[in-house]
Amino acid sequence: MDFGMIIIFIAASITSGTPILFGTLGEIVTEKVGHLNLGVEGMMAIGAFAGFMAGYTTDSFVIAILAAFLAGALAALIYGILTITFMANQNVTGLTLTIFGVGLANFCGHFARKSLGVESLKLPENITAQMRAIQIPVLSDIPVIGPLLFSYNPFVYLGIIIAILLAFYFNRTKRGLNVRAIGENPAAADAAGIKVTKWKYINVCLGGGICGIGGAFTIMIINKGVWISDCVNGLGWISVALVIFASWNPKKAIFGAFIFGALRQLKYYVPSSVGIPGAIYDMIPYIITTIVLIMASVKNSKKNAQPASCGVNYFREER
Amino acid sequence: MSKSIGKSGKSEPLIRTIKRAELPKNRALALRLAALFLALIAGAIFILSIGNNPFAVYTTMVKGAFRSKLAFQGTVKIMIPLLITSLGITLAFRMKFWNIGAEGQIIMGAVFASYFAIFHGDMPHWLLITVMIIAGMIGGGLTGLLPAYFKAKYNTNETLFTLMLNYIALNFVVFLREGPWADPTSPGYKKFAIFPAEARLDKVFGIHAGWIIAIIVLIVVFIYTKFTKQCYEVDVVGESQATASYAGMNVKRIILRTMFLSGAICGLVGMIEVSGNAGTMTEGVSRGVGFTAIIVAWLANLKPLSIFVIATLFSIMEKGSSVVESTFGVSEACADVLQGIILFFVIGCEFFIRYKFAVRKKGGKA
Repeated sequence: MDFGMIIIFIAASITSGTPILFGTLGEIVTEKVGHLNLGVEGMMAIGAFAGFMAGYTTDSFVIAILAAFLAGALAALIYGILTITFMANQNVTGLTLTIFGVGLANFCGHFARKSLGVESLKLPENITAQMRAIQIPVLSDIPVIGPLLFSYNPFVYLGIIIAILLAFYFNRTKRGLNVRAIGENPAAADAAGIKVTKWKYINVCLGGGICGIGGAFTIMIINKGVWISDCVNGLGWISVALVIFASWNPKKAIFGAFIFGALRQLKYYVPSSVGIPGAIYDMIPYIITTIVLIMASVKNSKKNAQPASCGVNYFREER
Repeated sequence: MSKSIGKSGKSEPLIRTIKRAELPKNRALALRLAALFLALIAGAIFILSIGNNPFAVYTTMVKGAFRSKLAFQGTVKIMIPLLITSLGITLAFRMKFWNIGAEGQIIMGAVFASYFAIFHGDMPHWLLITVMIIAGMIGGGLTGLLPAYFKAKYNTNETLFTLMLNYIALNFVVFLREGPWADPTSPGYKKFAIFPAEARLDKVFGIHAGWIIAIIVLIVVFIYTKFTKQCYEVDVVGESQATASYAGMNVKRIILRTMFLSGAICGLVGMIEVSGNAGTMTEGVSRGVGFTAIIVAWLANLKPLSIFVIATLFSIMEKGSSVVESTFGVSEACADVLQGIILFFVIGCEFFIRYKFAVRKKGGKA
């Protein structure tokens, strides 16, 4: 690869990592408050469809993003009601949400196509133009820096902004610290007067909403605004893996997402004569993640580990 | 941790949750049936909202699964992997070991079994089938053993570990298909070789013999969970590892043994699917069964006979949906949506079996 190719490769990696970044951030928000939601894939699928239809009917990028967020949050609300109030098993509920969400998105897409009587659903040109890479006059034209920093579609910037805001939320605000306290030890947090249930709901829904935006990315950018079934295609599961890789830290998630994105792109850039099969590139993120998971438990580090109460429901009477 | 304190919790919340005394079995069953009924109504509203007649759709779904000999055979074919996988997962779940990795265990079972079908297809039929069954179980078992080892030794989170193994296994199969195991006789698109006839499960009553294996596994797991000391140990470890250690049980060994068995049963599914169903190896061998099975096992309360019932219902729903698709022109994903709705209700109803809400009375006492 020559220098120009490397720049293109890095830019492509960042774009490719962005949907995973949304999924990861959403799941971090959820896990920080003590809930392992395996429904990321489903919430992304629902977000994708809602975002797509909102964009299709209103022709507005902003409304599409809001719809994707709202739909993801609503899907997460189902999970929240079942696990927070009804104390259902988190693994089972999350998996159900994935089956339901992916099914619902596929179903609705099929239904919309039939009832509109079209062969394929495609976003109108106006909105497709809005989500193309933003070209800032002057800045985007600077060599190297231009393509590296100022050549992305709006999702990329939005993802980074959300990550920074979340890092601020968890580390610098009282609310964020309270939320972390809930994730570590809900009984203690409750005893300290923190409204455990309320913040669990807020975080679970917020997390789902962020996942929903990631879903919108898959349909608007990866599939270039054409609706297809199974559009999320496993990115939700990679997101769950990335949470471990990023050790529950929104800032690390940014870099993790771009590394994962790079691995997803690498196979198109490394000449096939090098002889590494494509499947190996796809496998690497999961292998690294597994190693990270093992290392964290061997070191028994409390700092970079999953929030202590994650996966366990909180029952007030038993505190 | 923050020391900041919100409003202090002086007042009791208006509605609070309290634990129930154990419900009698028939009341619990009645609650579950009520949840199922409500779910069907919610599903009916969903079907109505897309302009179809819910009764017609539901009847078609059930009839569709049984309307012909071929349809019934299709239903059984869907049921075989689901039933066996659910039974396999149950062992781990009883130990509160959250094995989300059945997908990967099925895939690795299929890989191990396929090795003999692809490279040693000249063995006599019965020997080859036996070897493939054993290989499949070892493949799945080892895949289950890996996270179990790290769980027992370092308390590594098994939910996430087994989840990662699913994707490692999946990509491993793609790697095999595109490289070392690619069929040299197939031009263009790379795929695994079709298995020789010696490596195919025999058909009994028109369906591959996987159904017989499924019944055997059901009986064995039933006896194992009901009558053996081993499974008693599993239940104790599930309740409390501390209690188990105190009682002199070798907790690590129990975790390893149980996860090997759990994975081995899932690996068996991989063998059945490649040998009985597809006749070749594919990366789609598990088709999400590993995930659906978790839900089946959970809904059945980890009881083998209930698993049989729930797996049957799921298979009818899935087979029936393909008929609904062709009859009403709705997407096949309809099954997933209805399944999801029903599951949400049933999962929610478990709460009312174990807990109830109490409304605060005047004077602050509930």
